[in-house]
Amino acid sequence: MAVGALVRSIGLSGLVRLASEHAEEVGSTAERMLPVLPELRRLLPGGGLRRGSTIAIHNGSASGSGGTSILFALLAAASAAGSWCAVIGLPDLGAVAAAESGIALERLALVPYPGPEWSSVVAALLDGFDVVATAPPGPVAASVATRLAARARQRGGVLVPFGQWSGADVVLEPVTGSWHGLGQGRGRLARRELVITSHGRGAAARPRQTTLRLPRSAARPTLVTPAPAPWADSLPEAVAS
Amino acid sequence: MSDPLRTMYVWCPDWPVLAAEIVDGIPAHAPVAVLAANQVVACSEAARREGVRRGLRKREAQGRCPQLTVVDHDPGRDARAFEPVVAAVEELAPGVAVVRPGACALAARGPARYFGSEDSAAERIVEQVAQAHAVEAQIGIADGMFAAGLAARSGAIVPPGETASFLAGLDISTVDRPALVDLLRRLGIATLGQFAALPAADVLARFGLDAAMAHRLAAGRDERPLAVRQPPPDLAVSEEFEPALERTDAAAFAARQLAVRLHDRLAGHGLACTRIGITAVTEHGEELHRTWRHDGLLSAAAIADRVRWQLDGWLSGTALPAPGRSGAAPPAPAFGNSGSARPGPPLGGSGTHQAWGRPSAGILRLSLVPDGLLAHAGLQLGLWGEVGVERDRAHRALVRVQGMLGPQAVVTAVLGGGRDPGAQATLVPWGDERAPDRPALPPWPGRLGAPAPAAVPAEPLPAVVLDGTGAPVGVTSRLALTAAPAWLSIQPARPPVNQPAGSPVAQPAGPVAGHPTRGVAAERITAWAGPWPVDERWWAPAEANRRVRFQVCLADGRAMLLTLAGGDWSVTAIYD
Repeated sequence: MAVGALVRSIGLSGLVRLASEHAEEVGSTAERMLPVLPELRRLLPGGGLRRGSTIAIHNGSASGSGGTSILFALLAAASAAGSWCAVIGLPDLGAVAAAESGIALERLALVPYPGPEWSSVVAALLDGFDVVATAPPGPVAASVATRLAARARQRGGVLVPFGQWSGADVVLEPVTGSWHGLGQGRGRLARRELVITSHGRGAAARPRQTTLRLPRSAARPTLVTPAPAPWADSLPEAVAS
Repeated sequence: MSDPLRTMYVWCPDWPVLAAEIVDGIPAHAPVAVLAANQVVACSEAARREGVRRGLRKREAQGRCPQLTVVDHDPGRDARAFEPVVAAVEELAPGVAVVRPGACALAARGPARYFGSEDSAAERIVEQVAQAHAVEAQIGIADGMFAAGLAARSGAIVPPGETASFLAGLDISTVDRPALVDLLRRLGIATLGQFAALPAADVLARFGLDAAMAHRLAAGRDERPLAVRQPPPDLAVSEEFEPALERTDAAAFAARQLAVRLHDRLAGHGLACTRIGITAVTEHGEELHRTWRHDGLLSAAAIADRVRWQLDGWLSGTALPAPGRSGAAPPAPAFGNSGSARPGPPLGGSGTHQAWGRPSAGILRLSLVPDGLLAHAGLQLGLWGEVGVERDRAHRALVRVQGMLGPQAVVTAVLGGGRDPGAQATLVPWGDERAPDRPALPPWPGRLGAPAPAAVPAEPLPAVVLDGTGAPVGVTSRLALTAAPAWLSIQPARPPVNQPAGSPVAQPAGPVAGHPTRGVAAERITAWAGPWPVDERWWAPAEANRRVRFQVCLADGRAMLLTLAGGDWSVTAIYD
């Protein structure tokens, strides 16, 4: 405490922290939390994927509203930090987009068609994986959902149901999304803004909202236009004439 | 200085010609010449009778012998064809050194003592080679390999100690150094004996080191030891079953023991394998062979799993289910080589299940052949240990799921080259080598840039694109649009076979906007760009794929990648 008094007396209290304080913070969060992107931190209680929790993604009314992008954003930071992720029951997953979002494909296992034994596949993968995302093949009985959530809690994995799910700790849902960069016959899809809300139980009971801007590397735009772009600029004029 | 080693030299005359007969089936009794760089390097006996000689040019050789068959020289073919001959010699006498394809040498002492005399040993080896491979060989025995090689030309056995006198009478050109031979001839030296009579120190001073070597050879002092080859260890393991295995669990049990044996044998040589060939033969001679790849090293358990999967599929009469894109489809099993008794594999009617009927009898023999061998340097854990632990945990979970659903059900994506998002990703079964279908380099012009679509349906969803007046939109052959697209309606997705419902495939949704789209809900297109043409593999009509791509934004905020090919619109990807 003598050190604390000294620090305060010199006026460094904002700059200097006790080593014990620092160590406690790292030890408690890093073991229980998997990292997420900075934009998503405020949606999740604790600012990360808490091990043992269930974080559902509701995909809105139709595909195309941004559910898969939220899934990629949720997995990206954890996967890049070395976690193993599995995605079950999503045969349409765009692997290129997953890699672009920062997911390490060599640590991403896909089970596109889990078949009738869907729940046992999910349970088996929860044993070995940090994050298991799964699209249920249909309405899920509450007992099955409870069992899988308990399995996740016991094994320290994060269960990410993709679709309707009862009893999730946090539910992420896309609200609105808009694309930029595409005009009438010119341009290309370049940037996207996705508004995401979260609600849930306990610490997440209060609804929160954030805006995810994709691609995340848009801060430094690439000068190289893709090969098809010249066509886009020249052809519509020819059509109009 | 040690005495020259008593050497037996086995020589097959005109080996390149014989190799062409063995490998390519070109009859060696007809006039045949093997050419390298337009010069004859070897010719058959019939061609030699017509006047064809080594060193002739092709035109000259054909001029002397018009019916000459000309074969290109292929050192690899020669070496391949010679390998069984060496193996046949090795059966009788160990320690064979391959001099070049067509000639090998071995120490004469052992075989001579074993077979009683050098004569009978030579006779026995010639007989063995002739019986095993119908190849005619000549044997020469002398002190030192150089002299033995020359003795083999005439099939002579030079008694011990008489090598120098045997060599003395031979022509100087046999030292096989053309420049030196030319110089010596002009100095009046015509035989090896005359060359050997020169003082060694003067030869070294006047002609250099190489000539000094030749001088020692000519004097019959050839102390070079034989470079004996190590026969490659036989690593394959196989097991015969009596009675034949009828049930999968019995076969899996046997496979586990076999896998452990193979693994121990590899470990004994300090090796590990990355590929493994598994062959099963039934009582009726049906044969199933398949090669499995692995991205790391195959452990005993991994080998046993693969044997079990393969036998499971075979004994239960169905292949493993093959859902998904072609990239994830299981490689078609290769049925035995030529002469396999199996009638062609019947294809299942469903299209996604590839069934290759049950074997008609139990499994009699199972063999494992390791491939892709490399030195096993031990398991390398991560620096802090954690990486290896997490990886092992994940692998165990995946192997369990593979056991439940089959090896093809768990996949991992690899990025490769391609022009559409679906083509750029290859799905490979977990544990297999992570190699993409198409290489990422060279670049793929016309590739769509980032961001990539997050959802790529396995089957494109058929769609209709209309302009503002309700007329279908098309693209002319000069890539001009007939009208600006204004409405998109997505037809109901064809339910994919063998796939549970509920996967988030785009369903037709959105309000019916009071627009003439024949009863299907249509969505207004607010922004679009295209057409971006792709004309792939136009040189191969069966695989040609000519299409144009569009990106569109819909009024409800969704974005899609549309493809127009052959007049039909489809949604190939959704920017979910």
